[in-house]
Amino acid sequence: MADRERPTRPTGRVFVARAQVMDADEVRRALMRIAHEIVERNRGLAEVVVVGLQTGGVPLADRLAAMLEEVEGPSVPCGSIDVAFYRDDIGLHPVHPEEVTDLPFDITGRVVVLVDDVLFTGRTVRAALEALAARGRAGSVQLAVMVDRGHRELPIRPDFVGKNLPTRRDESVDVSDEGVWIGDLVAAGSERGAR
Amino acid sequence: MSLDEITTGRAATAVRHLLSINDLDRDGILEIMRLADAFAEVSERPIPKVPALRGRTVATVFMEPSTRTRLSFETAAKRLSADTMTFTAASSATVKGESLRDTVETIDAMGIDAMVIRHHASGAPLNVTAWTKASVINAGDGTHEHPSQALLDSYTILETLRARGGGDGPADLSGLRIAIVGDIKHSRVARSDVLAFAALGAEVVLVAPPTLMPASLEGWPVTATGDFDATLGDLDVVYLLRIQAERLGEVLLPSLDEYHWRYGLTRARAAALRKDALIMHPGPMIRGVEISPDVADLPASLVTRQVRNGVLVRMAILFHLLGSGEI
Repeated sequence: MADRERPTRPTGRVFVARAQVMDADEVRRALMRIAHEIVERNRGLAEVVVVGLQTGGVPLADRLAAMLEEVEGPSVPCGSIDVAFYRDDIGLHPVHPEEVTDLPFDITGRVVVLVDDVLFTGRTVRAALEALAARGRAGSVQLAVMVDRGHRELPIRPDFVGKNLPTRRDESVDVSDEGVWIGDLVAAGSERGAR
Repeated sequence: MSLDEITTGRAATAVRHLLSINDLDRDGILEIMRLADAFAEVSERPIPKVPALRGRTVATVFMEPSTRTRLSFETAAKRLSADTMTFTAASSATVKGESLRDTVETIDAMGIDAMVIRHHASGAPLNVTAWTKASVINAGDGTHEHPSQALLDSYTILETLRARGGGDGPADLSGLRIAIVGDIKHSRVARSDVLAFAALGAEVVLVAPPTLMPASLEGWPVTATGDFDATLGDLDVVYLLRIQAERLGEVLLPSLDEYHWRYGLTRARAAALRKDALIMHPGPMIRGVEISPDVADLPASLVTRQVRNGVLVRMAILFHLLGSGEI
């Protein structure tokens, strides 16, 4: 699995995979199950909009919106938000927006399904809730994640989970269309020395 | 733990300043451009404000008259939820004879995170860095530099090219030919613009009468000419500088009319420009001197766009210095 490496912004460290925990089919099936759960929970999609968190949540949100359309009918509005300016660790770490927020619809009164790849401390989700509140008063906000890896630092829990994955705090999880890997973040240039 | 850490609650990290465009390399300039794009989206929201710099204080210290730059920085700070303090020389202890050093140390003692300073002496902001623990941002010092102006100018060109390309623009200013016209000798805007445009790959031509050209251009990444008309046809951007009427007393210009006739962007010169050429000016614009009254209102004129982008780029500068930390 050492061939699965990915540089990460803004730390400049590189993700080195140790083990694969979901393959592409499992990711697709989990997303499809979440799509059905969203339809069931909200009794249809009348008020539902999907919002991906930059950057890991955005491709998942796009796929989820397509699946919701496949499952239940008309297309679901899909946007993305970058929460960098709402983080509570500005000044403690390098914080940079990854992408420009793209939310071309009004969220007031809608059911907003926030989508992210990995739920960890919950601080990104807290920032996302504040970012959403600045855009309007959502009817409700639900949280869908591909992987819940534990170690929460805030009272936040997901509504829809692809996989619960127990991890150590110092490990890292990488999610993409091709699957989910567990591994470590190592300094750039030292990948070869990693396990 | 140092006394600073105890009193501010923050670990002592390297304080960063923006005194010159040279404090940023090409990647640093492009990072500011990228941040400004994110703030452009913020500015279009019903509530154009983010909590990014909540609890930080930005002091604007203007020892020279300025309205737009000061208002632009203060608006930028407020849109990032920072608190602002305003110091203007006319309404302060400066008129009672207080030195710059004492003024800076007094403001610093109140607890600030950034000091935006304009001063009539070149290099004053560099001195100020020794007297405060805050990040110092040069908002114009003498005839030296005005880096935030150059960054907003670069952003405005890139943004305009991207809008023309339907959202697809160039990564930098490579291949563009930009003329800066006017009082190059006394212009801090020209110095910062030359550095920024050149760092982003543009070819810069300086156009001025010999009396308003610096004595030496050694080391400047530019070419220079006194013949405005000969350059018009192959320019992508014409950047006009304000002619300061006070320079007339120094016998550098025979008359404003003659300047307008030889170096002003008249209707005839505007017609000789390429159809897609852009017209820029840092303001305040003196219609009838460096630019004809009607030319200033042509669609190619980006003057009001520059003012709008000034807020976005200054948000990006403040966030870059105070918010993003060292990597």
